[in-house]
Amino acid sequence: MRIEAIFLLGVGLFFGCVGAAYWFLSYEQGGTMMLVGTCLLGLLPGTYYFYWYRRMIGYQYFFWGRIEKPPGVRLEDRDDASIAEGAGVIDSFPGSSIWPFILGMGAFGLVLGLVFGIWIAIPGISLILVALVGVTAESRRGGHV
Amino acid sequence: MVTALVLTGCQVPGFGAFPGKTAQGQDAFKLWQGFFIAGLVIGVFVFVLILWAVFRYRRRSEEMPNQTQYHTLFEIAYTVVPIVVVLVMFVFVFVTENNITAISDKQHVTVNVTAFQWGWEFQYPQYSNVKVIGVETQTPQMVVPAGETVRIFLRSDDVIHGFYVPEFNYSMYAQPGRTNQFDLNITRTGTYRGQCTQFCGLYHSLMLFSVRAVTPGAFQSWAQQEESSQSSSNSSSGPAQQNLGNQSQSLKSPSAAAPLTSHTAKGAIGD
Amino acid sequence: MTEVISRPLSGGAPEVPVVHDDGTDHGHAEHGATGILKWLTSTDHKVIGVSYMITSLVMFYLAGIMALIMRLQLWDPHSSLVTPQAFNELFTMHGSLMLYLFAGPFAFGGLANYIVPLQVGAPDMAFPRLNALSYWLYLTGSITILMGFFVAGGAASFGWVAYAPLSSAVNSPGAGADVWMMGLALTGFSAIFTGVNLCGTIFYLRAPGMTMFRMPIFTWNMLVTGILILIAFPVLTAAIVMLFADRHFGTHIYDVLGCHLISGRPTPNACGSPLLWQNLFWFFGHPEVYILALPFFGIVTEVLPVFSRKPVFGYKGMVFATLSIAALSTGVWAHHMFTTGAVLLPFFSLLSLLIAVPTGIKFFNWIGTMWRGQLLFRTPMMFSLGFLFAFLMGGVTGVMLAAPPIDFFTHDTYFVVAHFHQVLFGTAVFAGFAGLYYWYPKMFGRMLNEKLGHWHFWLTFIGFWLTFMPQYVVGLKGMPRRVAYYPSGLGWQIYNQLSTIGAFMIALGFLLLLINFVVSWRNPVLAGDNPWDAHTLEWFTTSPPPHHNYTHLPPIRSERPTWDYNHPDALALKHGPHATASGNGRNGSDGSKEKVSV
Repeated sequence: MRIEAIFLLGVGLFFGCVGAAYWFLSYEQGGTMMLVGTCLLGLLPGTYYFYWYRRMIGYQYFFWGRIEKPPGVRLEDRDDASIAEGAGVIDSFPGSSIWPFILGMGAFGLVLGLVFGIWIAIPGISLILVALVGVTAESRRGGHV
Repeated sequence: MVTALVLTGCQVPGFGAFPGKTAQGQDAFKLWQGFFIAGLVIGVFVFVLILWAVFRYRRRSEEMPNQTQYHTLFEIAYTVVPIVVVLVMFVFVFVTENNITAISDKQHVTVNVTAFQWGWEFQYPQYSNVKVIGVETQTPQMVVPAGETVRIFLRSDDVIHGFYVPEFNYSMYAQPGRTNQFDLNITRTGTYRGQCTQFCGLYHSLMLFSVRAVTPGAFQSWAQQEESSQSSSNSSSGPAQQNLGNQSQSLKSPSAAAPLTSHTAKGAIGD
Repeated sequence: MTEVISRPLSGGAPEVPVVHDDGTDHGHAEHGATGILKWLTSTDHKVIGVSYMITSLVMFYLAGIMALIMRLQLWDPHSSLVTPQAFNELFTMHGSLMLYLFAGPFAFGGLANYIVPLQVGAPDMAFPRLNALSYWLYLTGSITILMGFFVAGGAASFGWVAYAPLSSAVNSPGAGADVWMMGLALTGFSAIFTGVNLCGTIFYLRAPGMTMFRMPIFTWNMLVTGILILIAFPVLTAAIVMLFADRHFGTHIYDVLGCHLISGRPTPNACGSPLLWQNLFWFFGHPEVYILALPFFGIVTEVLPVFSRKPVFGYKGMVFATLSIAALSTGVWAHHMFTTGAVLLPFFSLLSLLIAVPTGIKFFNWIGTMWRGQLLFRTPMMFSLGFLFAFLMGGVTGVMLAAPPIDFFTHDTYFVVAHFHQVLFGTAVFAGFAGLYYWYPKMFGRMLNEKLGHWHFWLTFIGFWLTFMPQYVVGLKGMPRRVAYYPSGLGWQIYNQLSTIGAFMIALGFLLLLINFVVSWRNPVLAGDNPWDAHTLEWFTTSPPPHHNYTHLPPIRSERPTWDYNHPDALALKHGPHATASGNGRNGSDGSKEKVSV
């Protein structure tokens, strides 16, 4: 987790510096806003990962608050982890599902409706709504609806 | 300094670019020569390395080669040296671009250049707004004095166009809502072709113009002649030079398909 | 249905079947749907990856045909092969198809989707249904863009960059422009979702022992590409939404001429700026070309070590270089706008020049990988070498363009066209097809014919130089780009004709690729698990991999787990410039707890 956190915080820090430099050199608004946005793109997940990394090694809140038995870094962060240690459930992966296709067709209809007329957008929006309901129900029940 | 001396003294080849008929263009040309030589040296060096590896290290046996995966000294070297090279190149770039974009406060001849779909208009505010307009293949000609500073104010009436004179080694966008200004110090008399370089729609390929640089004396007489002929024919529309301004004429175009629209009217692109 | 996947035991153990949470232990051949419904409902990253690759190759061939038509038009200075309107549509769609619908999707939607989960030891991507949605958005987006050819007014014709105000409703009326924008909105979201998926998979689904610094460089490059996608594509989507609003909802975001009167009153603050479009577009556009380049750099970094029988040289340097390239690429966007007169020239020029440094580091590392190796010139290796030569020159001309004084006289000329074709062709075509030839056996279990592959390479390589070198020359002579006609009598015609001949050579080469596909299906030559004796994890499993990828995994102690498993004796060889007694302790494949520094 440590390297992921450093990577994303690094992105945030880099764009913070570049954004500041760009603003004071050029006073141009468009580019500066985009650079600031990118800084936030790095800082947001970066601090999240950093927080969890610190928890993994025993700090409750970034740099203070000791945890008695820290869980330790994940198996994929340890140099010496063996495959057998990771045996067991990885995660649940949604198998075949019709909803991405329906959602895609709905988006297609919506977009064509914006160009050619509302009459295509209406079935498009309906498909999107149906698909959103379907995919949520599928996730909750763990199987196809 | 040294590079400039070396380059001018040793007749370095131009590597395909124009030597530049303006002072600014000649600066750009020298930078081009420097960059080309640097690029050639680096390119050939890396090229030879790759070729050497390809020929020297062909598989000759099943013997496993040494599994070298790092060499700290080399890695630091080929990180630091390119940074230094790039910084040196940047210094030359910085100096040259400041020279080229500099606006002098000397006496100058002003030309207002307006680009439109699909032609050019050249207006001389110092000479009672003498105008030259041309549409597409008509190739309007901008007459300017050589040896003096010519200041161009460049803008567009509709979409973004590009004012490009290859032999001046210079181009600049003509944009709506924004006027760009730059100086040209033409070093030699002659006629130089120009063309629109930023894609601007249907007849972008035909938006040609030319720049005719004449002696300052000839320029003065041309300008005064234009002033008087345009003021005397004020009743008729448009400029006098080359009788190009009458937009109602139908003009030849290679496809001969679409009617041409007047540049003052907002029209859709002909199909 | 959802499946709970369990990780099997390590290599050497008997094959442990993947267990489902309902306790059954059935094979994976039949899971309900068959035929077309199976394809429509599949969330398997391998199926989606192959779908992406096939679709993107179709786009590649279509765009290639458009290029051939343009080159035929330019054979003569005033050819009447196509009208100016048709020509403008052709170069717009050629650029759009190649950049938005081939190069990107082939790399991150096709190859990365297939290979990245395999390379990190994961059973699938982190968000399988989102992955499937990405593909459907990409397919429908592509169809939407291509619809332009069938609507009244023709396809979009303002160039792949769609500069305002040329792309406004006044200057580009017609549905062709609108479907272009909406198609890009769809493919933009497709790319964003793929970026999310890539980052999620790489951060969360790596196998035990696969630390960040043991991932293959291809996977590292895909991670950085994923982040760049998240940085760049939302900006494009926002810019397009605003352009669409200008066209249809009466806004004046990019409009500076038609805005002064609102309700009859002069309102100067209601005006927008065409420059805003350029800033937004290029903030996307420059990272976009690195989104296109980085995956292909990764492919070359996979192929070169395998065919040199050596590990990647300078692994950490490669990672650092990729990060630097990505970081710098987001700061150079306005080098496409040097001639607007509205950008801070030194800032963008310095950063653009600096990008040459990490790219140079990569080049030296690639050469270092080959150095003192045992090179074998199979088709993937040939294409990788083609990439090296093409990108070398393309990169050098890029450094020239980074200098504003040089950019002033080469901007929008064929010099730039030649430059970007060299870099894009070098990456997307040479390195991309190196990846295709390299991973085709893994994906389909059969080899592509070597002889046809070599013919394909040489026709493409020679055709490539013949096509683009004359374009440099004619660009320096002043020929602008995006022109259907050029003046005769300036000596430009011969260069255009040479370029056209080269283009047809490339086309011939790609015809051979199609023949190669057919041959490989009709007379399959079985590949086996690891036909190239390759290094990374995906070569440990079968060809093609089973459902959920791995039935057993080797221990992961370096960036080359499969190599370590197959060649334990290689540990005794030198791994660095100085011989050490016991190797350098990197590869303890006996599973010992020795802390290895990576």
